[in-house]
Amino acid sequence: MSEHLAVLPVLLPLLAAPICFLLRNRIAAMGTAIAVCWVTFVAGVVLLRTVVTTGAPAIYELGGWSADVGIVYHVDTLAAFVVVLVSSLGAVVLTFAPQSIAKEIPKEKHHFFAALYLLSMAGLLGIAVTGDLFNVFVFLEISSLSTYALISLGQDRRALTATFRYLILGTVGATFILIGTGLMYQMTGTLNMAEMAAHIRETEGVRTVLVAIAFLTAGIGLKMALFPLHAWLPNAYCYAPSSVTAFVAATSTKVSVYVLIRWIYTIFGTQGPGSMSGVVVDLVLPAMAISGMFIASTVAIFQTNVKRLLAFSSVAQIGYMALGVSLVSESGLTAGIAHLFNHALTKGGLFLAMGCIAYRIGSVQLADMRGLGRRMPVTMFLWVLGGLGLIGVPCTAGFVSKWYLVRAALEQDALYLAVIILLSSLLAVIYVWRVIETAYFQEPPEGKDEVTEAPLSLLIPTAVLIGASIYFGLFTEWSADVAGLAARELLGVVR
Amino acid sequence: MSEALGLYNYWIVIFLMMTGLYLVISTGNLVRKVVGLNIFQASVLLLYVTMGRVDGATAPIFVEGRETYTDPLPSVLMLTAIVVGVATTAVALALTVRINEAYGTIEEDEINEQEHAQELAG
Repeated sequence: MSEHLAVLPVLLPLLAAPICFLLRNRIAAMGTAIAVCWVTFVAGVVLLRTVVTTGAPAIYELGGWSADVGIVYHVDTLAAFVVVLVSSLGAVVLTFAPQSIAKEIPKEKHHFFAALYLLSMAGLLGIAVTGDLFNVFVFLEISSLSTYALISLGQDRRALTATFRYLILGTVGATFILIGTGLMYQMTGTLNMAEMAAHIRETEGVRTVLVAIAFLTAGIGLKMALFPLHAWLPNAYCYAPSSVTAFVAATSTKVSVYVLIRWIYTIFGTQGPGSMSGVVVDLVLPAMAISGMFIASTVAIFQTNVKRLLAFSSVAQIGYMALGVSLVSESGLTAGIAHLFNHALTKGGLFLAMGCIAYRIGSVQLADMRGLGRRMPVTMFLWVLGGLGLIGVPCTAGFVSKWYLVRAALEQDALYLAVIILLSSLLAVIYVWRVIETAYFQEPPEGKDEVTEAPLSLLIPTAVLIGASIYFGLFTEWSADVAGLAARELLGVVR
Repeated sequence: MSEALGLYNYWIVIFLMMTGLYLVISTGNLVRKVVGLNIFQASVLLLYVTMGRVDGATAPIFVEGRETYTDPLPSVLMLTAIVVGVATTAVALALTVRINEAYGTIEEDEINEQEHAQELAG
């Protein structure tokens, strides 16, 4: 059992997906999916504990084929951390889903929903654990294709055009990644990331490798919605069913950031002879990250649809992660990795709160949320806590990662970066305040039916995520500390 | 010069890639966008198969008197990429059908107009 631990998180949802599809019964399919998600989560936690306590990566050779001929799963601290991120968020959001989709998706399609959700999760988990570059592409497409189908389940017809746009841009991004992978294979003769890293030193300054880096960065930039490659994201988040938005927002872009970290630090390297990601981390990433932090936050302030407001805020938050990754220091990388997890909790919780609101008032327009603070007090209280996390108020998880980020900037004597981070957080104050002001200080609209608090089956998952984002703001042992450990591993610092 | 011509496969790859990408960007018709996407993906198939080729080599099957073989791995990878491409095309065309049902058109500018009107109506 324990020697198969590394493959379990991928295998469980992948096998359960066709079972859910064949069950054809709404309750049985959703029940199976939820059970499998929680078992996957437990497997992920055990995996992370094993990797952290033994101090060595878990390696699994699929079919017993060694790395030079077969596909190898290579789970280090960072990979296990991402597995826990995806499986925990996946499990909580799916627990939320049955009640939420009952109002948003026709009943006869619920078993499709369960199967697609599991497939998407299997793809994301596969990206995290695999040590093979081509395998990353395959899992990326598994998760993307099922995500397209999930988003198109949205009620509004604009969900269809949003999905089509996401499909076009996502496929272009994935094909860029495929081209980059091919060029890397051409130069190194292997697809295994560890072996690729060993061979890449011999190809210093070869133009093919530089072209490969360009294709890989542009491709993954599209997938992670790095500003200005985020065009697909706002409408896709806005019109997807509530639980799909929460799942996709919390996991899919984060996993893409993970892939970027993996490429820059594991394959191309950042120090010493032969490292060629210099132009990416010195110029491209910080420039895109900083402009994203400001422009996307500013656009978020002017949104009238709260789901779209949160979507633009996500683009800005991706900027913080990319900035942390680009600093190439222990605290910078720690900030980037910790922010993956902390922001996934915060934004997942916020989108679940939006799901509660959509369930009760059938709208996510800011104007319809007037006076909601008195009529749905618990939901709005959770929303406010999540909003504080977005800003980065102390005692929330968002503060911990921003703290590391500011510290990393100061370590490099980049005072201007610290100022930029604080200024862009002020923009977050404005858009979070707009929602709070509308919900608490404006009179409810006249002539609408009385709105009551959301049912407990929706409130509990929301409270779990928001509560976790507060918990990990106070106790950092399993979030920021593990992120720091992963950062030291990536930078090759002996522990 | 002869070196540049000798790499003519790569020139074809670049030509196809740019044609596909241009079609995706320039056309407003959703089906044409999907066609462009397919051409774009097909260029990558050719890129991979080309890089696996070795001059004067045979197919990777053990034969008496032959010692050089082409690299089979890129061709095998492309089988997977073809499957991914077919799946993507299927999803894209299914979406196009749904868009046509919902909007009555598959021209992007007409869809944008309708969406804009919907946005104004709230």
